[in-house]
Amino acid sequence: MERRTPHQVYVVGAGMTPVGEHWEKSLRVLALEAISAARAEAPSLTPQALYVGNMLSGPLSGQLQLGALIADFAGLRGIEAVTVEAAGASGGLALRQAYLAVASGLQQVVLVLGVEKVTDRIGPEVEAALAGSTDADFEASQGITQSAQAALIMRRYLHESQAPPDALAGFSLVAHANAVANPNAMFRRAIKPEAYAQAAMVSEPLNMLDAAPMADGAAALLLASAERLPPDLPFPPIRIAASAVATSPVALHDQRDMLWLQAASQSVNNAYAQAGLTADDVDLFELHDLFSIYAALSLEAASFAPRGQGWRLAQDGAIGVRGRLPISTFGGSKARGDAGGATGVYQAAELTLQLQGRAGENQIAGARIGMAQCLGGAGSTAATHILIREGK
Amino acid sequence: MAMTDSRTPKMLKPLREVGIAGYGAYIPRYRLPASEVARVWSPGAAGLPIHEKAVAGLDEDVITMSIEAARNALARAAIDPAAIRAVWVGSESHPYSVKPTSTVVAEAIGAVPHTQAADWEFACKAGTEAMQAAIGFVGSGMADYALAIGMDTAQGRPGDALEYTAGAGGAAYLLGPADQALAVFESSYSYTTDTPDFWRRADEKYPEHGERFTGEPAYFKHITAAAQALMQASGTTASDYTYAVFHQPNTKFPQRVASALGFKPEQIETGLLVPWIGNTYAGSALVGLTAILDVAQPGDRILLVSYGSGAGSDAFGLRVTAALPQRRERAPRTQEYIARRSEIDYATYARMRGKLRVE
Repeated sequence: MERRTPHQVYVVGAGMTPVGEHWEKSLRVLALEAISAARAEAPSLTPQALYVGNMLSGPLSGQLQLGALIADFAGLRGIEAVTVEAAGASGGLALRQAYLAVASGLQQVVLVLGVEKVTDRIGPEVEAALAGSTDADFEASQGITQSAQAALIMRRYLHESQAPPDALAGFSLVAHANAVANPNAMFRRAIKPEAYAQAAMVSEPLNMLDAAPMADGAAALLLASAERLPPDLPFPPIRIAASAVATSPVALHDQRDMLWLQAASQSVNNAYAQAGLTADDVDLFELHDLFSIYAALSLEAASFAPRGQGWRLAQDGAIGVRGRLPISTFGGSKARGDAGGATGVYQAAELTLQLQGRAGENQIAGARIGMAQCLGGAGSTAATHILIREGK
Repeated sequence: MAMTDSRTPKMLKPLREVGIAGYGAYIPRYRLPASEVARVWSPGAAGLPIHEKAVAGLDEDVITMSIEAARNALARAAIDPAAIRAVWVGSESHPYSVKPTSTVVAEAIGAVPHTQAADWEFACKAGTEAMQAAIGFVGSGMADYALAIGMDTAQGRPGDALEYTAGAGGAAYLLGPADQALAVFESSYSYTTDTPDFWRRADEKYPEHGERFTGEPAYFKHITAAAQALMQASGTTASDYTYAVFHQPNTKFPQRVASALGFKPEQIETGLLVPWIGNTYAGSALVGLTAILDVAQPGDRILLVSYGSGAGSDAFGLRVTAALPQRRERAPRTQEYIARRSEIDYATYARMRGKLRVE
């Protein structure tokens, strides 16, 4: 467990672009839009550093050095900037690095950006690039893809937990229902159980509605230390009460137990300890539902359900916005859309809106403590953050 | 010199009025049901894009099919083919890479030697591009008659989504002075951008496409922009047209774009042939127009908007004259070609279309 940090870290600005097929916008333009939106909420602050979470700009855009590129394009020429990569957890890792910088006292005002641009390439190229989140020597070279990997886990899960074939449908239904009110969501329409039952197979037993769509998007957060909080913030600052990252083997066959997200569990427990909280204290949980099976496993790893029982939360209405543990309150990766390495920043930005009472129709009444967790690959990297609204 | 304002659409207005002197369709007789493609490639697939597609026979290609359509157009025009001063064939299935389709067609219909001949290439709008040029050729007075053809035996990679729809067929239009025409061009406009949604590299057998990119930023953007510009400049709205026909890569796209532009299903029904013959590429919108001319009445107005990947749209506003009802009887109607139908299975299709490597 980490020691108490010397400096408290707050989110003072959050910005997001819609997730979707941004054929008319380049990676840097998406980045600028999110950064501008986040900075507009605390215009008096000038960031000292930019932490970029991105997964695929190398293989899909032929672009490295996003830090320098985006800092320059965003009018911050000269500041410290770096790209953080941990597959689907890149955004959470970028937030983690930014948090460390401010918590340490070495920096006071920093920007976190998650950005991904995938739709300039067609399906097979994107799928091949995404397979880079697996073990290239032992998995990707054998032809595994992210969805095939998730399908292997899902089949085993349904077998071990003796769950019905549609056990995970509820995760899709909730995500789609929640996305309707999110103007940044890719799929703003609810779906019916029949649609799940009839969805085309991607990799049996995983169907189209078990899988999140990959799309373009950018989200940004402006962080500041307690000492630098401007007096005139339009929205209450949100404190980062915990930040924890853990890893486990990348290859599925190297995991001790493929149905237990070890890194997720470790990072959540670390985060609970940092914040002095337990699962019971969490008002809402933005988890990484890249595939519905990961939603079930994340709930179990975070102690919201016993092993093999996470799917039941999707059956009894617990995870809806009026349930006892709302998840994916803006649609999650399934319906907001999964912007790869930007996911962790989208989650934290969405949590911020919830805790500030700005979540619109899907506002969780009285939300004060929110947790976000993003995963790299099949949970090989997990980044967990707990955000708190202070005061009443 | 005044700067051209790139924001204001400018209509393509010829010096003298131009019309359609004669038109003719051609659709080969063979039909491959989409369910047959699904049987082989994706059993249980729901929501097939069309009912069936027309397939060219072993002895047919864009040259023979263009000649058929051109002869139908000539029959309706009843002019001496020697008066034709241009034979232009738009296609993405020209039998030769080098050697024109159009010279063979010109020779076969008796338009040589005092004529231009050239092949056009612009994906699915190569035919309407030729038509646009023919309006200029006739409209400037350089020629009294010019023949514009859009014809294809479209290619689709086996197993690709395009294989369901890549069909065969097209139409020929003999353009001439408006005073003898069956229908008169009231307006025309072209809209083009560099949009790589669908392409086939030189020496490649099958085309490639940018998946969902082919929809919104490609097909819908260009057709909508061209149609709106034409209607705005000509002071017309959707309700002024009895019929409308749009490029038809599948059934849904033209239905959706028509609805977005304010057209009712009954306005596009007559020209919507894709469910029965597939996407005939350069012939697609043009063979839809022949089906409309087969039934239209004097005074009816028709809107045609093509789409070619790469990308662009040509839009035309037409008005039917009193000459049409009698003259159209001189050649087979489009629906007669559609009714002339021999169903084939996938294996026969594979043989006819050279999908099997035999040497």
